[in-house]
Amino acid sequence: METVLSYIHQHIDIIYIVVLSVFLGIEVIGRVPSVLHTPLMSGANAIHGVVIIGAIIVMGRVEAGNYAALIIGFLAVVLGTLNVVGGFVVTDRMLEMFKKKK
Amino acid sequence: MEINLLTLCYLIGSVTFIIGLKMLSHPESARKGNLVAAGGMAVSIFGTIFLYEENGEKLHNYGWIFAALVIGTIIGTLAAKRVKMTAMPELVSLFNGMGGACAALISVIEFKHITAAVHADAAVPYATYLSIFAGLVIGSISFAGSMIAWGKLNGRVKDFSFRGQQVFNMVLFAGIILLSAYLIIGLTPENQFLFYLILLGALVYGVLFVLPIGGADMPVVISLLNSFTGVAAACGGFLYSNQVMLTGGILVGAAGTLLTILMCKAMNRSLLNVLIGSFGGGATGTQQAVTGNYKEISLSDAAVCMSYAHKVMIVPGYGLAVAQAQHVCHELEKLLEEKGVEVSYAIHPVAGRMPGHMNVLLAEADVNYDKLMEMEQANDEFKSTDVVLILGANDVVNPAAKTDPASPIYGMPILEVEQAKTVIVNKRSMKPGYAGIENALFFQPKTSMLFGDAKAALQKLVAEIKSL
Repeated sequence: METVLSYIHQHIDIIYIVVLSVFLGIEVIGRVPSVLHTPLMSGANAIHGVVIIGAIIVMGRVEAGNYAALIIGFLAVVLGTLNVVGGFVVTDRMLEMFKKKK
Repeated sequence: MEINLLTLCYLIGSVTFIIGLKMLSHPESARKGNLVAAGGMAVSIFGTIFLYEENGEKLHNYGWIFAALVIGTIIGTLAAKRVKMTAMPELVSLFNGMGGACAALISVIEFKHITAAVHADAAVPYATYLSIFAGLVIGSISFAGSMIAWGKLNGRVKDFSFRGQQVFNMVLFAGIILLSAYLIIGLTPENQFLFYLILLGALVYGVLFVLPIGGADMPVVISLLNSFTGVAAACGGFLYSNQVMLTGGILVGAAGTLLTILMCKAMNRSLLNVLIGSFGGGATGTQQAVTGNYKEISLSDAAVCMSYAHKVMIVPGYGLAVAQAQHVCHELEKLLEEKGVEVSYAIHPVAGRMPGHMNVLLAEADVNYDKLMEMEQANDEFKSTDVVLILGANDVVNPAAKTDPASPIYGMPILEVEQAKTVIVNKRSMKPGYAGIENALFFQPKTSMLFGDAKAALQKLVAEIKSL
């Protein structure tokens, strides 16, 4: 119990971020029309590509000779980039099809 | 953390994600919202590469990092640019899987780091363990599940379930949790191989989780896996106390979950119902047999029938998308309007392979936004409609959804086309639709069939109407 409390105390800023982000995430897309479900899903998909930052940090910390870690890290960065770039481009292509109402 | 440029970059990133998501949920601003989020992402990524410091040391291995970025960018852009409209949901699923795999791989490397620390008798905080294991499990489930969803959408993977699969899945999941807890409490050099067992278990769980769910429900599943990957990314945020990963991941986790629920609501089903799956073969009782005779209609009859109608409603479905018939469909619509026929489109929320699929497709062909009617509005209009032309839609107009409790699609709201005076159905053959069930609509007296590929049939129909 004490460890839990001290953990919360030490990481209170992170916990705030999480709690507020949950509410924000729900609030921000609250009234989306069903037409936009797919592009929104695709856009959100691109945003979670932010995981690539973790991959870059991991990669940048690997010692030069550690090839196993380098290869896994390399793969992680490639996959993360695919998620980010592919995600945003495909969302843009979807939305390109939506023309403005006259 | 001291205030430096990088924290500023992350702040910009977090804010653009929020604004981007907000703008993405409104039709007028959606495209800009996507660009805003992409811009914030670029700032965060390059900020990390050039500004990240740990104990005063910058990152190493720039060559590797940039090579990976370039390769990923080229493949990602090409794949996204080249993909056909019909294959877009598959691609989203594929990209989602990549994100999940990325999160899992980060955990694999970080686990190697903590095992090294354990070897050296250094203490590792529980929170670190927890982030690594959660990232591994959620990321792997998301990866494996997305791959199966991808395979299902392009038809390579068939529905599959075995007796007691639900129970097996639960046992497997409990096993993953217990094993993780065991390792977190007492990781030793001897039992560290169990980590890879967890990885394997999570991958198997991902596969089994998605396999029994019917292909028609894949958009919902992809949306759910999407929010999983968001949470996996947030685990990375915990691990590195990285604000932008945290906000991005949690935002997507929360928004994705809500979106999943909204999608289920559009189909009038609960998430649980989708996951445990009536499409998955859980339907009890025998379905009502559908038999009878159907009649065909000739092109010239169809042309006359539509040209002299007051009001025509077009119901597009996956068949239209496959045949890429949206342009000729628009041509037919213009031609009929010139003849004084009132034409509109009835769009079922889940017509095609993803919600909004038909809207995107018709927008590509310059069909006016105002002509697209949502389901409820369309259902009011059918009563006063002379001719309904169904183009490659099947399950979304199947009356079994209302009349047959044993049917896998029972309870799904449908377009009630049988209220119109005449129904013309264009299909390639009498084969059942995606959910694999017969459609009694085709055997009703007011229905007639116009067989053929949607594009070819529409082209002939347009020519026929012109020559009237």
